[in-house]
Amino acid sequence: MPKVLRADNMNKCLGCFTCMLTCAAVNHNNHNLAKSSIKVKTRGGLQSKFAATICVACKEPACAEACPTNALVRRPGGGVKLIRERCIACEKCVSACIVGSIHMDYDRKIPIICKHCGACVRMCPHNCLSMEEVTE
Amino acid sequence: MLGEDFVRVLYIDLENRKADIRERKDLYKYLGGTGVAAKLLEENMKKGLPPLHEEQPLIISIGPLSTIFPVVTKAVATFISPHTGEYGESHAGGRLAMAMRNAGYDAIVITGRAHKPTYLLITDRNIEFKDARAMWGLDIEEVGRVVREREPGPGKRSIIRIGRAGENLVTYSCVNVDTYRHFGRLGMGAVFGSKNLKAMIIMGERDLPISNLKEYFKTYQEIYKKATQTDAMAKYHELGTPLNIKVLNAINSLPTKNLLQSTFEHADDISGERFAEKNLIRKVSCTGCPIGCIHIGQFRREFDKGYEYESIAVSYDHELVYALGSLLGIRTSDEVLEIIEEVELAGLDAMTTGVVLAWATEALQKGLITKEDTLADLEFGNTKEYIKAIDYIADRANEFYYTIGNGLNEAVKKYGGQEFALLYGGNEMAGYHTGYGFALGQTVGARHSHLDNAGYSYDQSAKELKDEEIVDYVIKEEKERNVLTSLCICLFARKVYDRPTILKALHSIGIDWTDDDLTRLGNDIFFTKLRIKKELGYSLENYRFPKRVFETPTLWGRMDEERLNRLLRMYIDRVEKEYEDWSRGQ
Repeated sequence: MPKVLRADNMNKCLGCFTCMLTCAAVNHNNHNLAKSSIKVKTRGGLQSKFAATICVACKEPACAEACPTNALVRRPGGGVKLIRERCIACEKCVSACIVGSIHMDYDRKIPIICKHCGACVRMCPHNCLSMEEVTE
Repeated sequence: MLGEDFVRVLYIDLENRKADIRERKDLYKYLGGTGVAAKLLEENMKKGLPPLHEEQPLIISIGPLSTIFPVVTKAVATFISPHTGEYGESHAGGRLAMAMRNAGYDAIVITGRAHKPTYLLITDRNIEFKDARAMWGLDIEEVGRVVREREPGPGKRSIIRIGRAGENLVTYSCVNVDTYRHFGRLGMGAVFGSKNLKAMIIMGERDLPISNLKEYFKTYQEIYKKATQTDAMAKYHELGTPLNIKVLNAINSLPTKNLLQSTFEHADDISGERFAEKNLIRKVSCTGCPIGCIHIGQFRREFDKGYEYESIAVSYDHELVYALGSLLGIRTSDEVLEIIEEVELAGLDAMTTGVVLAWATEALQKGLITKEDTLADLEFGNTKEYIKAIDYIADRANEFYYTIGNGLNEAVKKYGGQEFALLYGGNEMAGYHTGYGFALGQTVGARHSHLDNAGYSYDQSAKELKDEEIVDYVIKEEKERNVLTSLCICLFARKVYDRPTILKALHSIGIDWTDDDLTRLGNDIFFTKLRIKKELGYSLENYRFPKRVFETPTLWGRMDEERLNRLLRMYIDRVEKEYEDWSRGQ
């Protein structure tokens, strides 16, 4: 069964950003956590709780619908895959995603799309993240 | 700079509102952190001018492993300390190292004085000098909020700022880093204040490609496992550093009531265990640290009759619970948190503030000063009066508070009471009355911090005390810690980052150093700092320890004054000889 990323235990989050550093390194070969697909933020100031903005694995992905070149194709279980050679960096997917999970990598001129690979889950020290088996 | 053989330095000139960037190949051999920051201080300081003169520099540096390896979280600042008049160095965690890394600056050198209150915006694409006139006078929390709301980049930025104490040039004012961390000691807040600099916000999205992902990530995971799956760091996450309160209390080492005692009858009530059970509401991390040692405690305050309450959350650590707890005779964890909050908002160094207030309490009891001086009824255990006094320090409310706002060294010149002023090497005592190792260590340490050389750790682990061994330990440990802090590794992870691990991490990002290179580095930094100190007139000749430290038992019984003086002599002689040899080799 396909798996998708969930962030159901963010109450446990320490704000260490290891998930972001891992995603940026493993998926984007970069040390800058600005390249991470998962984005941990406080809800406003460090005194508030942490929250994670992640791809919620839509079954009917608005980002793919908005893409004029079919560069985003639906993946099994939800969410999308980026076909890089089709992408023209129009950024329509960024505004189409209402949870704000997509942002641009302006160095490479592509949107940063979650692959639901689970690397962040494996490196989270406090079990905030998980991979959930879902039906196709 | 990652993947390059230079250190990328951002120079900020507040006077002329200009910035400059230089790629310094010559600094590369110091790696970063304390090594680079000490060198940059040495070449930019003006030795004839006072510490808070506008031409004096302020430096912040990170290292090649910063943020991209677990628990490599610190930024190191250097400046001339307005508190001691000599070498100033302070370390802070939070998000600052990550923000500098992402903005693409290994070090920042700030000189000059802004014409009006200013805050700095530093990113990979922009440097701006912004109007902070309306922020002048705001407390740490408010200035943080204002900057957060005005500027972009939530989650990936660092905001560092000062409170009233820094604006008023209190020599032990701190710079707050991202709410819960601090450049605490030696008065960096006053250096900000003297430059009309209220805050800095740093962030960036600079492209930082990884040169060898396979090797880097393999090494990263190994270190991550060591940090999270062995017991090397577990204690820092569980109870955190306040674990020490009970430990030290049980061995006559918890400074209490201005060190009239070294055990505290209420130690259990302010212990790490008590905080955890009663006040702890969450733990957080510095960026890149999977441990999460920052403990946040909450207390409830009645601000009006009719069940009117507010809840307040602040971070607590051993040093704060000691300085603002046992040393002031504070009996409950709630009250300790309440005092911490006041110190936080004003932007003071918690340790020095506690030690200064403890001295003032005893000086008032002994009649060296009067209520007219203190304005508050200072007495051990009286939280409300201490809170008033903290405000008076930050505001420099009268002549007495102006004087103690320059630290105990200045206070005793005017009011006496040197014998019970808890100073080691000109800096107020840290929370370990463990014996000779600690006393010597804080006195001789380059930044007069217990963390320079961890003498307290020697005291606690030695089977018997040997003079040669104490001196040897303090010197060796300080040199080794220079290696760790040149890489900005949090000292809590010192057991994770042994030499082979450091070399492996460096190798994985293309820095091929040897064990000998690291030894050379630790030694060079040690003596570079000493050279700076000498330039600034520092000397331990004729140094006198306060009588009080000999009157109250330590883990090893009462210390003998002659023996401690002898240890200091041995230290000076050995280091001077080594320094001569080193200088000749330079």
